[in-house]
Amino acid sequence: MIPELGEFALILALLLAGLQALFGIGGPALRRERWVAAVNPAVAGQFVMVATSMGCLVTSFVQNDFTVRYVAANSNSQLPLFYRVAGVWGAHSGSLLLWIFLLGCWTVATAFGTARLPKQFSARVLGVLGAISFGFLLYTLLTSNPFVRLTSPWPDGLGLNPLLQDPGLAAHPPMLYTGYVGLSVAFAFACAALLEGKLDREWARWARPWTTAAWAFLTCGIVLGSWWAYYTLGWGGFWFWDPVENASFMPWLMATALIHSLAVTEKRGLFKSWTVLLAVLGFSLSLIGTFLVRSGILISVHSFAVSPGRGVFLLTFLVVMIGAALSLYAWRVPHLKSEAGFELTARESFLLFNNILLVTACGTVFAGEMAPIISLALGLGKLSVGPPYFNPTFLISMLPLLALLAVGIHARWKRGGLGGQGRTLLLTLAASAIIGCVTAIVIFHGRGVLAPVGMTLGTWIIFSSLIDPIDRLRRRIAIPRAVLGMTIAHIALGIFVFSMTAVQGFTVERDVALANGASARAGGYTFQFEGVGPLHGRDYGGSLATVAVTRDGHPVAVMHPATRMYWVQHTVTTKSAILFHDGNNILVALGQNLGDGRWSLRLQVRPLVSFIWIAALIMAFGGLLAITDRRYRIEHARAEETMGALAGGKTP
Amino acid sequence: MIRRFIPLLVFVGVAALLAMGVMQAPRKDLVPSPLIGKHAPNFSLPSLMHPHQRVSSTQLNGHWYLFNVWGTWCISCRQEYPELLAIAHTGIVPLIGLDWKDTRGEALAFLSTKGDPYQRIAFDPGGLEAIHWGVYGAPETFLVNPKGIIVYKYIGPITPRAWTEDILPRLPASATVAGS
Repeated sequence: MIPELGEFALILALLLAGLQALFGIGGPALRRERWVAAVNPAVAGQFVMVATSMGCLVTSFVQNDFTVRYVAANSNSQLPLFYRVAGVWGAHSGSLLLWIFLLGCWTVATAFGTARLPKQFSARVLGVLGAISFGFLLYTLLTSNPFVRLTSPWPDGLGLNPLLQDPGLAAHPPMLYTGYVGLSVAFAFACAALLEGKLDREWARWARPWTTAAWAFLTCGIVLGSWWAYYTLGWGGFWFWDPVENASFMPWLMATALIHSLAVTEKRGLFKSWTVLLAVLGFSLSLIGTFLVRSGILISVHSFAVSPGRGVFLLTFLVVMIGAALSLYAWRVPHLKSEAGFELTARESFLLFNNILLVTACGTVFAGEMAPIISLALGLGKLSVGPPYFNPTFLISMLPLLALLAVGIHARWKRGGLGGQGRTLLLTLAASAIIGCVTAIVIFHGRGVLAPVGMTLGTWIIFSSLIDPIDRLRRRIAIPRAVLGMTIAHIALGIFVFSMTAVQGFTVERDVALANGASARAGGYTFQFEGVGPLHGRDYGGSLATVAVTRDGHPVAVMHPATRMYWVQHTVTTKSAILFHDGNNILVALGQNLGDGRWSLRLQVRPLVSFIWIAALIMAFGGLLAITDRRYRIEHARAEETMGALAGGKTP
Repeated sequence: MIRRFIPLLVFVGVAALLAMGVMQAPRKDLVPSPLIGKHAPNFSLPSLMHPHQRVSSTQLNGHWYLFNVWGTWCISCRQEYPELLAIAHTGIVPLIGLDWKDTRGEALAFLSTKGDPYQRIAFDPGGLEAIHWGVYGAPETFLVNPKGIIVYKYIGPITPRAWTEDILPRLPASATVAGS
């Protein structure tokens, strides 16, 4: 009964999403007051239906209803409740429903957030969101219905993919999807502005908090995924340039560019067409990312989500949605004129370069992502693009970006110049260079050029970001939350760059084969292997090793790396032992039994690696803090007044 | 003012590439098994039909055989059943069944009503043997050569096409029928 209810609710949601799109986009175009007024009820109805449907799927999982194919394939009566719920997004169909549910949440939030904006504009934004919902609901119902029943139920489910049985990963998809889907709001704002044929500074002020929020969630989602990969996959490393990682990284780069471009549009009324294009491209890339993950075009660690047959539908949807937005852009963009010019040394120039470099970085990632597909399509055989391509090309655009950031945040709008901070800036650069070189060469004994440069840039960004807040504190001027949030995010970026340089440059990694009682050294630590015992878990067995870690003869810790063999799915996973000690991250992964009591072990000592994730989380926090600035609270009267012209029949 | 069309044109190009990619997306059933080219696991399990007898790998060595993992609870297994009966009817290669996570009563009832394509059926109610074979989900079918080496693995219900295009070409013309 419950699965049927879920399916029925999904069909009703599809109809309501269709109405939402029709009323929202058609109402203002045909000047039908009643249609415009019907948009909000459609939004509410659609959300209730989607939430019902989601609730039904969760209930089926919680109740172990193995008559439902999706539940039987992704859950098991042995699973604890937490992972039964996480099983909902353990595979394709359910994660699609989660996507739709989150889109519903964003839509409702947008409906509330734009309630005080001109009705026509709000209707258009919600209409575009409705069109996106409609597409995804149709996709789910036609190709990936999670409520399909089995004609004869299985005695027990197959269980959840063991890789997903981890708190970090259970939270990773919802967080990432919240970010992905959140970009649809910026997309909808851009489409609405194009439909109106008018975009002013007010528009940018409305769009900013939504974009920043989506960006912050996206950041958190990527961090969770990276952290999970680090300690579950045991590959050692925080980023692999895996096609699916890239799929989440490209929208992130676009969203970062968009945040900065929106700042210029709001402050100065410039970059209008560029901002709109970025908003369209940001969400387009998250759609393309979904497509790449789901279609089976690319092979990656994430390929459990693969289903080739569904690719065709998703591609069609992609072409319709993005094609329509870009056509709209080509048609309407001549209406978006920038309001003023600026000097070469003005803040605008720096932000322009910021955008160019971020988009270039995104372009290089995209090229690497597409290369295997192009190669396959042209019949050149299979091609794999990895870190040897991504690392250097990415660096080419990132290094100048970081240097420009340290200077650019002090540049004044319009007229240019550093507003008297030139001297301070030079002093901080000198201090940073000393800190960077000393850390890289004296403390870590580094040899290359890249490490001192990276550490100098990281430190400089931190110092440079602090100049303005310290100045304001000294002069007892309040710091607006938007500025504070920006400062925190930039400092976090500095910490990120610094620790990433340390990890890239000074990681010690050894693969060793040890017999019982033997020891090996890595990164100043001694690892003594003390044998392997059996492991008995709830739904797995395996091997548990004991490794005693010492430094300079002093005991540091006893570590227990393990391999797990899951009975139900018959999959082996590695559980690396991870230890944080004196800023270092020590990872020991258990490999194979080599016979004669010898085992292969992987030893890694990574300096500062945890700061990479912490910094990224602080960056997201900075974004969220900036959203709470008073400036973004839309006051009724003001919005009505400034948007009077916009609402007044500017439609073609 | 051609500039404003650039994003659209670039996207059309990308979409065309993606479309070409989708057409050539790798087929899921071709995912290679790490067991291919390796020795089939040694096993000795009770026979489904005769609980006091055993079905073991030693009886099968020296002959080609198809090792089919199934269960009465498995929908796709019922779906492939007619094809299994057809394969058995050709007599080219014997089918050895592994009745997986099943109950004897249901399995026997099923075989007596639908027909029995198998030469022998090993009974694995606990599902442990399937783990050794790296089984993800039923049905899965392994082609094993006389030296006991797994030559090919097919995931999902066997179709007539899979039989004629993937399995038959791998069998030598003079394939001998095991046991009997």
